Amino acid sequence: MPDKETGLNRREFITKSAAGMGLVAIMSSPLVEILKLKRDKPAEGNSQITSAAGDAPKNAKRLGQWCMVLDLRRCDGCTGLDLPPQCTQACTGYHFVPKGQEWIQIFKTELQGDGSYFLPTPCMHCENAPCVNVCPVAATYHTDEGVVLIDQRRCIGCRMCLGACPYQRRFFNWGTPEQPPEVNSIPYSPERQVPAIRGTAMKCDLCANMLHDDEPPVCVNGCPRKVIYIGDLTEDIASNGKEVVKLSRFLAENNAYHLKEELGTQPKVWFIPGHGEAVGRDAYDTKDRLPSVWAWGGDGFDYRINVVGQKQ
Amino acid sequence: MRQGVESYSERLERVALAPIGKTSTGFITFILILLAVAGWGLYAFILQLKYGLVATGMRDQVMWGFYLVNFVFFIGISHAGTLISAILRVTNATWRTPVTRMAELITVVAISVGALMPIIDLGRPDRVANMILFGRLQSPLLWDIVSISSYLSGSLIYLYLPMIPDLALMRDKLRAGESPIKRTIYTLLAVGWRDTPQQRHRLEKAIGIMAVTIIPIAISVHTVVSYVFSMLMRPGFDSTVFGIYFVIGAIFSGIASILIVMAIFRKLYHLEEYITERHFKNLSWLLFATLAIYAYLTFGEYLTIGYKLKHEEKMLLDSLFLGGNAIWFWLFAIGGTFIPAVLLLWRRGPVLPRILTAAVLINIGMWIKRFVIIVPGLQVPLMPYDFGSYTATWIEWSITAGAFAVFILIFSVITKLVPALSIWEVAEHHEAETAHSTGAAEEVEVAR
Repeated sequence: MPDKETGLNRREFITKSAAGMGLVAIMSSPLVEILKLKRDKPAEGNSQITSAAGDAPKNAKRLGQWCMVLDLRRCDGCTGLDLPPQCTQACTGYHFVPKGQEWIQIFKTELQGDGSYFLPTPCMHCENAPCVNVCPVAATYHTDEGVVLIDQRRCIGCRMCLGACPYQRRFFNWGTPEQPPEVNSIPYSPERQVPAIRGTAMKCDLCANMLHDDEPPVCVNGCPRKVIYIGDLTEDIASNGKEVVKLSRFLAENNAYHLKEELGTQPKVWFIPGHGEAVGRDAYDTKDRLPSVWAWGGDGFDYRINVVGQKQ
Repeated sequence: MRQGVESYSERLERVALAPIGKTSTGFITFILILLAVAGWGLYAFILQLKYGLVATGMRDQVMWGFYLVNFVFFIGISHAGTLISAILRVTNATWRTPVTRMAELITVVAISVGALMPIIDLGRPDRVANMILFGRLQSPLLWDIVSISSYLSGSLIYLYLPMIPDLALMRDKLRAGESPIKRTIYTLLAVGWRDTPQQRHRLEKAIGIMAVTIIPIAISVHTVVSYVFSMLMRPGFDSTVFGIYFVIGAIFSGIASILIVMAIFRKLYHLEEYITERHFKNLSWLLFATLAIYAYLTFGEYLTIGYKLKHEEKMLLDSLFLGGNAIWFWLFAIGGTFIPAVLLLWRRGPVLPRILTAAVLINIGMWIKRFVIIVPGLQVPLMPYDFGSYTATWIEWSITAGAFAVFILIFSVITKLVPALSIWEVAEHHEAETAHSTGAAEEVEVAR
């Protein structure tokens, strides 16, 4: 077998490879710029929305710090009206929420002693959001106005956020989401999560695009009982569309609380304890809420658990 | 059959190089079966790509399933190599030499297969590059990427370095009629190894550095694998002990795997002279030691949450000890730890079958244990939902079977390309041992 000398000794080899690597590093420096540009993309999306919505100068104004107050004294889960929960319906109708997901969901749960109350739960838009912390690609993030959004065009579908959310307020498009055809005419942005993309996470976005236009989230106006207040922490004000309250005083006087306060997630959604007494619901009322309705039909599937033998 | 005197090193080379490049019909059939299973897994994965993850049993409540169980399992057994070749090297346990190569091979192949699992699990595998493009260091998943890729590259180097003298040997042993491609590949890989004292010194030094480097990397790997779970506010996940718990679990299942692999190759490649009962016994003690630590950590983990009995954790323990997951938990506890412990301690009957049974039970038990860690913790509802459920679909079963097939496949093929024993290390170890006795003991008489 021929014993060939390579003509390079070790020292030369090392210097040459180091020089080569340096060259590669210099030549690839434009890549850094490209990567930076890509990083800036979601922000670009946001500005598009604001500029598209606003020739009006109101979009250039101060930033809000949005929050929500849910007055459970007025919530009867729409059982008194014999309707499916209207907040969920309004949300589903506006966002074309894929069949099977309920971004603001009404749970019937137990009171101390006996009896029950209804608990409407949107995304808590936590200040210390576990879902934002664990996202590996920054697809879920806080906006300047404290809203937690998801960029479905970046989401890789690892579902760390679903595992992290202690309120289980995140949903995953396991299959192709069932939505009506009109979603395709709406331009996508993280603030307007349509059309839904298979293999990505979705959740309540606090109707961030509507807040830009000084409109309340659709669930606020959708609620016939005026349970839901949208508030702004910077202005210390909140409104349910009918009355306007001073936020801090309203929270203090009515013993408002956070869900799972002890976890330290610092949610921006408060609850005022109650069981619908203000709208005439008895604590012992056994009537359950009606299931949500999706106007566009479709087969749907259970998003919570896999039912064996279900159609794929 | 050859008759005459054969030196120890000659015989070693002959035995170790015998399987290289030779394929029996049995081997071909075996490979074909593995390819079929792997192909079936690939078909299932293509279907999953077509329909999305709705084809699996995972849903919003239990959002992770078999894929992540496999991920933790494979990354777990990859710790075999690190333990055998790095930890035992650093602690100067010279008996390890005949098993180092196999252990390192397990490491490299297991990491490669294991690292695929989270990608298969992604809802958008097409966007996997986002992990690099937009990676955020706050996310435990990114820690995984950094750690696992370092571990894979480190292990590849650590597999390759001690292989250089053996590759040189194979380059020199190639007969005239062999294909030039083969010659070129072996020559390239042997990087001009001439076995000079200087080269040997450098190689020893490099291996020494790698051995020390790879230990912290290996520990970090399974620590951050555990962090993917323990950074979540879930009953059973919310634990500070998870890092070390997973590391010990990994070494535990790693030793069990190397025992199984050793037994198979000892039999198939006739390595009885080099891999002796002593190796099995020594490793079985290490196996028992890690088993004891693992059992202790398991006990501590469940005692601390069971004593305080927070609402959600009570639901978890109910499910694990008595409820729907009890069968899995007790299969692990009894079949995966108690019975193996008895088998390892009860020193009656033939050694090998006893230790092997324990090793197989441990590996099955540890797969189940990973399932018991991941799935029941996700089944517990955090909001007023019902208790979650998870049943793997045939897609998940097929991809899992495919992953195991690929693991065995790559492993089998590599052992046909490079010797399963580290020839020069075994020879060196033998020289060192015989140097103690008479100098003339070099020649060992074997009549054949």
